[in-house]
Amino acid sequence: MNYGIVSQEQLEQIDTILSEKLIKLGVDCVIIIDMAGNIITAKDNGESKYDVYSFAALAAGNFATVDAMAKLVGEAEFSLLFHKGQDSNIHFSKIDDELLLISMFGKEISLGFLRLNVVEAIDQIRNVWETNQG
Amino acid sequence: MSFINLKEKVVQVKIVYYGPGRCGKTTNLEYVNRKFRNQIQSEMVSLKTHGDRTLFFDFLPFDMGQIKGYDIKIQLYTVPGQVKYNATRKLVLKGVDGVVFVADAMEKQREKNIRSLNQLHENLQSYKESIFKIPLVIQYNKVDLKEHGVPILPTAVLRKDLNSRLQVPDFEASAITGYNVAATLKKIISSTVVSIQKKLL
Repeated sequence: MNYGIVSQEQLEQIDTILSEKLIKLGVDCVIIIDMAGNIITAKDNGESKYDVYSFAALAAGNFATVDAMAKLVGEAEFSLLFHKGQDSNIHFSKIDDELLLISMFGKEISLGFLRLNVVEAIDQIRNVWETNQG
Repeated sequence: MSFINLKEKVVQVKIVYYGPGRCGKTTNLEYVNRKFRNQIQSEMVSLKTHGDRTLFFDFLPFDMGQIKGYDIKIQLYTVPGQVKYNATRKLVLKGVDGVVFVADAMEKQREKNIRSLNQLHENLQSYKESIFKIPLVIQYNKVDLKEHGVPILPTAVLRKDLNSRLQVPDFEASAITGYNVAATLKKIISSTVVSIQKKLL
């Protein structure tokens, strides 16, 4: 059994990245989860009240399902997973094999702009993660 | 994989209720949800079919208080029991810390219990876990049916079928009336938390 332990320093760095790259942009809520459905960290704009624990469990299940579907059609993965609603949207992005970044945002942000920032945030998070894991 | 957040001092523990179809996994969680309502901050999530069978999983997060300054967040999951859903069962087992195997005490379900337990063994192996090492509690559910004249297996038989090699804590229970539901849950939480503590020391 592997235990995911993240140092306080690591988490603070990750939280800063999420705030700078995504919350400042206008994203309502951003969560990093592992594929087992545990929350690594969650940040929001102070207004949104989501039940992040249930959300994490469902998101992990959802992502795993889509991943399994990709394998069935011979794809390594579907890299874009995005749910669009009338007022809010959810964007999923894989950080690595174990971690998933989920952003919830309203209609004032365009998907393209969000994706651009998500990619940058993920690059930075990977750096924090890898330097501290070794 | 339980997840430990050192910044906020939170430990997340994943416990999965596993067992053959219609053995009472969801009923266990529903009882816990009703009985311990004041410790549960969110709604139970159930992904089910129109026929009320579990399609993906049920999810119930549960606050257990603190151990050594750490908030323990227990996350209870069930798997879908129907035979055809093994791929989904495997997904739910990912990162599991403790398992409750719910067996159906009805006589006609004898073989299904054994098959389901064997499959749990295989599924855990696919995550490089061992059924002999992971915290596990067995529950012989539906003992109340005896009073209604439904033939059920004696506990000694169930024990021999399912627990003779594993030798884990086991309980007779009735998820529908709540008999030993809390006892099962307490036992699996304590075994799981002890096992996590051991791994960390």
